[in-house]
Amino acid sequence: MCFTTDSYVVKPLFFNGGDIGKLAVCGTINDLAVAGSEPAALSLSLIIEEGFEFELLEKILASISEAARVNGVGIVTGDIKTVEAGAADKIFINTAGIGAQLDGADLGFKRIAVGDKIIINGTIGDHGMTIISQREGIKFQSQMASDCAGLAGLTCQLLRNTEGVKFMRDPTRGGLAATLNEISRGSGLSVEIREADIPINPTVQAAADMLGFDILNIANEGKFVAIVSRESADDCLNICRKHPLGKEANIIGEIVDTGDVPVVELVTKIGGKRIVQMPYGRELPRIC
Amino acid sequence: MLEQIYKAQCLMDSACEKLGRQINIMEVCGTHTVSIFRNGIRPTLPKRLKLLSGPGCPVCVTDQSYIDSVLQLADRDDCLIATYGDMIRVPGTGGSLESKQPSANIKIVLSSEDALELARANPDKTVVFVAVGFETTAPATAVAVKEAATEGIDNFCVLSGHKVVVPAMRALLSEKNHNIDAFLCPGHVSAIIGFGAFGEIVDDFGRPCVVAGFEPLQIIEGLGESCRQLAEGKAEAKSIYTAVVTKQGNTTAQKIISERFEVADGYWRGLGLIEKSTLKLKDKYSRFDAVRRFDISEIPTEDRSGCRCGEVLCGLIEPFECELFEKTCTPETAVGPCMVSSEGTCAAWFKYGREGRR
Repeated sequence: MCFTTDSYVVKPLFFNGGDIGKLAVCGTINDLAVAGSEPAALSLSLIIEEGFEFELLEKILASISEAARVNGVGIVTGDIKTVEAGAADKIFINTAGIGAQLDGADLGFKRIAVGDKIIINGTIGDHGMTIISQREGIKFQSQMASDCAGLAGLTCQLLRNTEGVKFMRDPTRGGLAATLNEISRGSGLSVEIREADIPINPTVQAAADMLGFDILNIANEGKFVAIVSRESADDCLNICRKHPLGKEANIIGEIVDTGDVPVVELVTKIGGKRIVQMPYGRELPRIC
Repeated sequence: MLEQIYKAQCLMDSACEKLGRQINIMEVCGTHTVSIFRNGIRPTLPKRLKLLSGPGCPVCVTDQSYIDSVLQLADRDDCLIATYGDMIRVPGTGGSLESKQPSANIKIVLSSEDALELARANPDKTVVFVAVGFETTAPATAVAVKEAATEGIDNFCVLSGHKVVVPAMRALLSEKNHNIDAFLCPGHVSAIIGFGAFGEIVDDFGRPCVVAGFEPLQIIEGLGESCRQLAEGKAEAKSIYTAVVTKQGNTTAQKIISERFEVADGYWRGLGLIEKSTLKLKDKYSRFDAVRRFDISEIPTEDRSGCRCGEVLCGLIEPFECELFEKTCTPETAVGPCMVSSEGTCAAWFKYGREGRR
């Protein structure tokens, strides 16, 4: 059995590709999914600031209901509290979820070994850049959309059809950089990824470049990183690519042994190498 | 692309061999510095080709006294400070703008136009636009001043920290102990001033000045071109960023700058007082000049933190040679501006460099 909980606060509440409701359902589903379980049921708690528009609340609840339906989980218990104006920022949501561990799913840092491949199920940075550009009021000609989605359908398929999946994590806050650094620290091994193989939407990249953000640090809400054995990598990739949430999946690198302090390194498009650090601080839009 | 990279690498190799010594090329622009690190360019260069990061990050070259003036204005109830994001963490003598947040009178803006909008929306406050940057951001400030004048928005003013690049390059080369063989010149600034503006560096100091864009191939080709000139014993001002940078530059933007600003002597962090290196609002626009409106005196303050940003900005030391680097000075606890700005040399070393981490 897996049990998890998470709280959701996001500004703006509604963004292209989702809203706080969808995020609260998918986020908790994804926590269960990457732990190797099949989500069964969620709880839902809302903390609402006095005066919050009823229309918006209805919209959020409809979105929660739709996300639960799409992902095949029931919302079995819940609670609503209203707090005085100023004591909360519009609406906060907490969801907790339980799921059944899939047979044979044995995931953990300890299983990661040199030679394992790193798979991601699609483009990175979409959620974070959508939120940031909406928050900053930046209008880009081509629209970006959050990748917010529940991943359990895909992760369960992977775990049921292959035996090579050793570790999974969803690169949310801190992006791919944070997740890969956690993997490196947790396993005590180095990670090498190839810039040219990382799927990125060009508009999202342009937005990040314009604001001076490193796309590797930007949050995702519908992505997972899987560490898989070398032998199973092609099978895993094929399963991902056949799924709607994994069409742009790719093998982006591997676990390596540098015989030194474990680090995450990026092989750049020109063949150079650089460190990928654990993200720190708050990113600030730059001057020029 | 690989073929072009190889060709440029050959030019670098042969220059190092021909000169028989280390070649030092300074990239003047902070965006170049970040691109060089982010794309892992340094490890692909010949060992005897050294890149020096120059005074090209607008936040980094801003003198502490300027930050102190902004901090003073931030304490006034009748002022609203409009600043670019990366200025808020730069430490002055008494803290940073960030340390004064969440004070309601400090707002992060993305352009001078946003600052002007703040002034329109807050008629009871004087909006002070913290105007830093080189010739790239100066035209936008100039346009905002013109708009404020036309519309009669009298509660808007500018604390000009704008600087011009070429005098700083001259100042670096005038130092006896400089070690600069050539410059990789900034793409954005050159789009405004044109590569012809570097002619005086070539004529007076005999140093190649090559303008390149920010893609890794452009940077590598720019370095290759600099090396070609060095190997042939030549020095030319040249642009390989031909899609954007011409010899004359953007004459409209130059006109906008010269209509509202005049060059004045001013202080640079690390470089000290440089003649005719800063942009000051002309007398005609003095009512939009925060210095004159609030009677601010520009007295350089002494930095006693032990921070060596000044030497880093002049290419005299690498960030890890500073004792504070990665110890007391990190992006989250920045002592100096080169660690604050995302375009700062110390921040780039911290984020992407290997030194001290293996």
